[in-house]
Amino acid sequence: MSAPPVAPPVAWAESSLAGRTSQLVSRIGTFCLVELQRLRHDRSELVTRMIQPILWLVVFGKTFSRLRAIPTGDVPYLDYLAPGIIAQSALFVAIFYGIMIIWERDSGVLTKLLVTPTPRVALVAGKAFAAGVRAVAQALIVIVVAAILGVSMTWNPLKLLGVLVVVVLGAAFFASNALYPVDLMPRWLQVISNGNPLSYQVAALRGLLIGTPTNLWLDFAVLAGSSAVGIGTAAALLGRLAR
Amino acid sequence: MSNAIELSGVSYRFGEHLAVDAVDLAVETGECFGLLGPNGAGKTTTIRLINTLLPLQRGSVRVFGLDVQRQAMAVRRQMGYVPQQLSVEAALTGRENVAWFARLFDVPRSERSERVAEVLELMELTETADRLAATYSGGMVRRLELAQALVNRPALLVLDEPTVGLDPVARDNVWKRVVDMQQRYAMTVLLTTHYMEEADVLCDRVALLHRGRLQAVGAPDALKAALGPDASLEDVFRHHTGDTLDEEEKGGLRNVRTTRSTARRMG
Repeated sequence: MSAPPVAPPVAWAESSLAGRTSQLVSRIGTFCLVELQRLRHDRSELVTRMIQPILWLVVFGKTFSRLRAIPTGDVPYLDYLAPGIIAQSALFVAIFYGIMIIWERDSGVLTKLLVTPTPRVALVAGKAFAAGVRAVAQALIVIVVAAILGVSMTWNPLKLLGVLVVVVLGAAFFASNALYPVDLMPRWLQVISNGNPLSYQVAALRGLLIGTPTNLWLDFAVLAGSSAVGIGTAAALLGRLAR
Repeated sequence: MSNAIELSGVSYRFGEHLAVDAVDLAVETGECFGLLGPNGAGKTTTIRLINTLLPLQRGSVRVFGLDVQRQAMAVRRQMGYVPQQLSVEAALTGRENVAWFARLFDVPRSERSERVAEVLELMELTETADRLAATYSGGMVRRLELAQALVNRPALLVLDEPTVGLDPVARDNVWKRVVDMQQRYAMTVLLTTHYMEEADVLCDRVALLHRGRLQAVGAPDALKAALGPDASLEDVFRHHTGDTLDEEEKGGLRNVRTTRSTARRMG
């Protein structure tokens, strides 16, 4: 290093809305890149995490398809279940990433990240989107496995892009429409399911992949809104983790 | 000489426990300053107030004239920080770890790879830069952390017990590089350490904290001379803090766990 230390440009990124937005996008990109680098170095986790969704599809899905115990209208049960398993994979990745923040606090990584010029909200959003990168990788594998099992899905690229966005945006699994239609649930569980963002994620995935009727705008709005509320709340509380 | 850090009437309380008690302190630009004290003295809390990790409760802290409360982002841009724990991402290579922080500090894309290579070279990690950090020894991890902290060319380097758990050779290796960087670029260094002999050799000035209060500030030689002709810095430390360990430290158990965990991972 031959140059003397240069006082870094002070607060350029914090001075305007455009600067803050650009900084947010840049930080999200950075965390996503780090996630891709991690995936490149260790693909074993991706493989081990695939075992559970494959078991759900192959064992649970195939068995209940044969039993015809859950009425899903004209849609075969395996087709109905596949989008729910994609949402489940995304949910488990999200839970894992939540726990990982605690590990990062104990290992000092979080402390160090909090001392970089990264707004809290950008840090949380960056982590969330990094989890999204991993969830997308898993969703793609579930889609391939589902196709092999004969699930009739769309291969429209725009709809598949929509699936990836829904996976990234997309939280309780059993109190949702992932495994069975909401109409079959007791009244109290229907209320919880209707307020559960995961139900909207699964509805959007089914609408996009197997063409079941849904209000995609509402689904996307609920997912974007719940993501924004989650990120905002986590950002407000993040500083306490380092105290 | 202007001040890099100024603390004025700073107090910080964790519930009932007063961790930092009315501390006034000034660190001059370009000096290597040591914050010394027993466990629970308030060293780490003071550092966390300076590096914006903790919100100020009372008093004011300025870094290069910037208010840490109102200008936190600008303060962070001036700073490199190495925490007590091992804080590299083991699943990334050394080069990727440093490049990650270069991006977080907005090092321009055109300079980034060159800057990353420079700090890795400076820390003698070029040969191993493309190996996963999980395969690094304890001393190499610390050097990698220093590379991360230096990639934005900070005007202030903050080190919280950076040699904890290291063997004497690795400790010397880390300090050699810190001193080299500090002298070459007139960078201000603020550090905490439990090793008095290291503080004696490295620091231009030291401050002794005990139970959150500032007990003494000065050049090691001046502090030793004030105590007696044959006094060591350890004698000065004992004179001001006593021999007993403070059991009342807030988060003491966590700190001990952290130190042990770091030492264990250092091997």
